[in-house]
Amino acid sequence: MATNNGLVYLIALPLFGALALLLLGRKADKWGHLLATAMSAGSFAVGLIQLSQMLDREAELRPVTQKLFTWISVGSFNVDASLLLDQLSICFVLLITGVGTLIHIYSISYMSHDKDRRRFFAYLNLFIAAMLLLVLGDSYLNLYVGWEGVGLASYLLIGFWNQKPAYATASKKAFVMNRIGDMGLSFAIMIAFASLGTVSFSGVKEEAEFASEATMTAIGIMLLVAAVGKSAQFPLQAWLGDAMAGPTPVSALIHAATMVTAGVYLIVRSNFVFDAAPTAQLLVVIVGAITLLFGAIIGMAKDDIKKALAASTMSQIGYMILASGLGPAGYAFAIMHLLTHGFFKAGMFLGAGSVMHGMNDEVNMRKYGGLRKFMPITFVTFGLGYLAIIGVPPFAGFYSKDMIIETALNAGGAKGIILGSVTLLGAAITAFYMTRVMILTFTSPKRWDDNQHPHESPALMWVPMVILSIGSVISGYLLYRGKAFKHWLEPLFEEHGEHTELLPPIVVSGLALTMVAIGVAIAVIKYQLSEIDNVAPEKVSIFTRIARRDLLQDDVNEALFMRPGQALTSALVKIDDSVVDGAVRGVGKMALGSGSALRETQTGFVRSYAVLILIGAAALIAAIWVVTT
Amino acid sequence: MSLDNYLYLSAILFTIGAVGVVVRRNAIVVFMCIELMLNAANLSLVTFSRINGTLDGQVVAFFTMVVAACEVVVGLAIIVTIYRSRRSASIDDASLLKR
Repeated sequence: MATNNGLVYLIALPLFGALALLLLGRKADKWGHLLATAMSAGSFAVGLIQLSQMLDREAELRPVTQKLFTWISVGSFNVDASLLLDQLSICFVLLITGVGTLIHIYSISYMSHDKDRRRFFAYLNLFIAAMLLLVLGDSYLNLYVGWEGVGLASYLLIGFWNQKPAYATASKKAFVMNRIGDMGLSFAIMIAFASLGTVSFSGVKEEAEFASEATMTAIGIMLLVAAVGKSAQFPLQAWLGDAMAGPTPVSALIHAATMVTAGVYLIVRSNFVFDAAPTAQLLVVIVGAITLLFGAIIGMAKDDIKKALAASTMSQIGYMILASGLGPAGYAFAIMHLLTHGFFKAGMFLGAGSVMHGMNDEVNMRKYGGLRKFMPITFVTFGLGYLAIIGVPPFAGFYSKDMIIETALNAGGAKGIILGSVTLLGAAITAFYMTRVMILTFTSPKRWDDNQHPHESPALMWVPMVILSIGSVISGYLLYRGKAFKHWLEPLFEEHGEHTELLPPIVVSGLALTMVAIGVAIAVIKYQLSEIDNVAPEKVSIFTRIARRDLLQDDVNEALFMRPGQALTSALVKIDDSVVDGAVRGVGKMALGSGSALRETQTGFVRSYAVLILIGAAALIAAIWVVTT
Repeated sequence: MSLDNYLYLSAILFTIGAVGVVVRRNAIVVFMCIELMLNAANLSLVTFSRINGTLDGQVVAFFTMVVAACEVVVGLAIIVTIYRSRRSASIDDASLLKR
């Protein structure tokens, strides 16, 4: 494989930005945001150069590597810190740096009133660097470093306003839940090392043919645990909603476009593991299908615009995970949906940020309404993103989501029918809740107080939104046209023959569009054509109440893990107190007691000591005599 | 005369000394009893030297005498100092280290 010494600059530029801003401190306050944006843009430029070079080469010669240094060298076990840029990672590099740069630009304005703006940009750059390392690492160990790095950046950015205790708790919650996933990844690495003797992607790929299916299943399940944690999939999904505590650009970049999709990347990157482990692959599909509906149902009940979008993110990533669990047929579509989703969801989050910017940081959609007139650019860009996510042709989401639905239907047998109906149902619910967001925010009558003065955001904010909305219009068609994206990624995956078609593609598209139309129609009847209260109605069915409580995810976690955990720890404290500390204290007490008992023999009279010495000497002599005779 | 008799004498002298150390209270008497024990030991050393036909025991006896002389010097000095400060030569009175 060819080497290319330019890869390191992709990571080095934003890393330099982060370090400079953090180390220079307040001195960099005036220009820190510009440096960070320039570093991110520079990284994007390097990515574009790499892409153009890659396009010039033959498909087999496209991947390039760069060895940075030998990281671990123990006997026959060698791990280099090396980077690998292939057809899959270049997609991510461009998504991360491209969307990242736009969000940097947006944040210059969005965070302009925050006195900690420099620190914010330092963390953003740190995130970009870590995420690039994640997608560029050529082994699971290198990936793991980036994986932890994005977790750290996510934690720091969710808790950016950690002066509010609820936000600090949210960041801690995200970090702790992610830790469970990280544990899965480290287990996967350990299993790979112990049973395959290698942790590099290429090494594991070679060994995958010879390894037993049980080993591959174990690695696959552990990788799935990792993906579930990072991508907020069922059952580790509870942190994503609370992660919206972070500034909105963070939600757009980390918790919509890039970091949460790392799980999808991990599964697609490990395609050779999952292809060799059908059980793990089935679990991936199940997790994806559950989360897809789970997130969509939560999204229907949320009044907080950011939490509604977060639930939608969870659901859309459910689509990607589901597709990536469908084997070689689905990998390309998972990544394709990931890319289009990166555009439209980041755009919508930025739109939500713009709305909040104009509405004094109000997030309750029931207090919005009629903003179409006051924020025309936000309305249009958000609206384009909306059309993309619900899957209206020819917007981006139509192509990518349609492909996933089609692949799910064609998975064969009962599995195909179940998955197909789940994805179709998901499409309908998506259409419903996104229409609801649109109507509540932009097109329904106004419900805000007179002291609100909604206004359009400055150009620094709407330009990135416009660019992202253009992406959400055209990216789907560009990637779909002539199956361009599928062919682009094809060299990475092993195709297994032709797949049967349950229904012709045109029928599937028709079905999907019908479902979307139903979802939109219900939402329009329920919200556009009827009065909306500016407080959430109290008299609602039990189902709505459960959905508002995030389908009881926190209650379940509390009942199943937190309370038993607390009971366990308090029991451990008690055991520690009585057994461990008791033993220590007992030793002390014994020494004290025996000491004071022995002290009684110390009378202070010389003659009694003399008697004792005499007896001792006599006993000694007697003992010697007994022993020797 | 059997050389054993010297050993018996030595044992008797040692016992007298030991009993004296234990039962008497006057520091001077206790001190003299200790001297008696040392000399009993010397006697048996010399006797063993005679029995074995070597000079080792006699050499050690000289060492014992030197040690005894040193001990007398230090011991008497202590006793005199205690007597001066407490006006008593009873060793039971000098039991302050207990508390």
